[in-house]
Amino acid sequence: MSLRSFLKNKLVSQDLVKQLDKIEKPVGSLGYDPWGFNVDTNQIVFSLYRAIYNRYFRVEANGVEKVPSRGPVLIIANHSGQLPIDGTLIGYSIATRDKSPRLPRAMIERFFPTVPFVGNFLNQVGAVLGDPANCAKMLENGEAVIVFPEGVRGSGKLYKDRYQLQRFGNGFMHLAMKYNATIVPVGVVGCEETIPAIANIKPLAKLLGVPYVPIALPVIFPAKVILNFGDPMHFDSKDVLEDEVTARVELVKQEINRLIDKGLNERKRLF
Amino acid sequence: MDYKNTKPCILITGAAGALAQQVINRLRDHYQIVAIDFREQVYLSEDIPSFRIDFNKRVFEDLFRKYHFDGVIHMGRMLASEETRSRRYNANVLGTQKLLDLSHKYGIKKVIVLSTYHVYGAHAYNPALIDETAPLKATELTMDLVDSVELENLANIYFWRYPDLHITILRPCNIVGPGVKNTISRLLSSRYSPVLLGFSPMMQFIHIDDMADAIVLAYEKNSPGVYNVSPEDWVSYQEALGLCGCTRIPILSVPPAIPKFITKSLKLRSFPSYLINYFKYPVVIDGRNFAKHFDFKIKRPLKEILRYYKDQKAN
Repeated sequence: MSLRSFLKNKLVSQDLVKQLDKIEKPVGSLGYDPWGFNVDTNQIVFSLYRAIYNRYFRVEANGVEKVPSRGPVLIIANHSGQLPIDGTLIGYSIATRDKSPRLPRAMIERFFPTVPFVGNFLNQVGAVLGDPANCAKMLENGEAVIVFPEGVRGSGKLYKDRYQLQRFGNGFMHLAMKYNATIVPVGVVGCEETIPAIANIKPLAKLLGVPYVPIALPVIFPAKVILNFGDPMHFDSKDVLEDEVTARVELVKQEINRLIDKGLNERKRLF
Repeated sequence: MDYKNTKPCILITGAAGALAQQVINRLRDHYQIVAIDFREQVYLSEDIPSFRIDFNKRVFEDLFRKYHFDGVIHMGRMLASEETRSRRYNANVLGTQKLLDLSHKYGIKKVIVLSTYHVYGAHAYNPALIDETAPLKATELTMDLVDSVELENLANIYFWRYPDLHITILRPCNIVGPGVKNTISRLLSSRYSPVLLGFSPMMQFIHIDDMADAIVLAYEKNSPGVYNVSPEDWVSYQEALGLCGCTRIPILSVPPAIPKFITKSLKLRSFPSYLINYFKYPVVIDGRNFAKHFDFKIKRPLKEILRYYKDQKAN
């Protein structure tokens, strides 16, 4: 018996299997998809993550039903907290919702595939190298994809800059327009407090070939996380000037700002 | 003396290979086959003339004069594990150029060129489901794959320059199954196979029978172009080895110089240093265009392929 089969038998409950089986996943005969997603690994990780989601971060996902049940979707959110915890929480909330759960894919930083074990593991739980070609193929296949248009500018920002949206790239809007994908904005509140960083050691980051090396306590704080899902947004696929694309991106950014403010107002305490 | 064809005649190169022989078996009833190989003369049957021949020799043209070929199926590519880099270049690139020149000169109307997915290159930043328009980046990794990429480039030049040749280039994923002696087939057959610690890229495998069907389809439908050929099924390298009953031997993978040094020092034929990145990063190709265009369906599923290698070890 492989380690994966052993862990699956020990950890995965029938309820979770039933819940995840409701999700349509185009996988091959051995449970893999072309990006390396693996059904069994995903079930094991979801089993372990249940407690982290419910008890550690006590996630409140408001409006998760607004993510369409099928068809290409781009879930656009603010990025924070040094590690991509926000992506995993958004993914978990959509995969475990009662009605029409989906398993969205998260786009990850380019250096991950070069890291032994980590790259393969992230792929097996559904994360995908953040390449526009990958995103395009997944939208073509009718998948839901989580994108953080701020990229490392968002996740690597310091605690003093919390909840201040950084520059959004336009790439996601081009893809949404090309593949007629629905955009669902999400405002994430709480992840900024999970790993508050006071500085970034840029020379060390450059030396190690990683986007940033934060000065922070080696702890992930149990901040309460609020995910506010906004109403779906649609943009036509007309050939428009880049300025118009930027204006459309700005609309999404404004909506995320509004959702963040809503979350901050709803939050009663940090932890 | 001219040979009087009663059936359309096809020149098949690389006839000593298991895949070529499968293709010949599928075509022999309806076509006159002439088989050639640069490695050895293979006996196929009374009705199939077979020659050991170097494409770059003048006598090669005599075959075109004698047999009046209607089509060419070019599978005679020297693998990167064979011979030296310069001999491979002569055989694969210059040899193919000679073959295509003669095909043009003698009015051949169908040419199939068998390439490989290796031409895309195994890079950390590869997206999955690489389609035929993706750049061929194998040479960024190793000069040992230059001839494979050049062979493709050459075929592409002739594709545009001489449209009457109706060139179809096929880029299959890993071809495996009985009789296949390429790198990946040797690894799946071994009891002990090396892996790079912490890396298990997604891979695709096509059974030799299915690949032979794909080549025959491409020849008969005659729809020129460049096509990836792969099933819509995927497995990680390490899991594939496990399912084939191989014991995995991990090799330290970082920094990258270490596995290169180890494989170069040990000169492992089944785990060559120039292919090391293909065991580290995925090259997952999108074969849907070929499947749709040629109505191609896989008959041998992935589980059956891996079971074959497992059963082989049990016997």
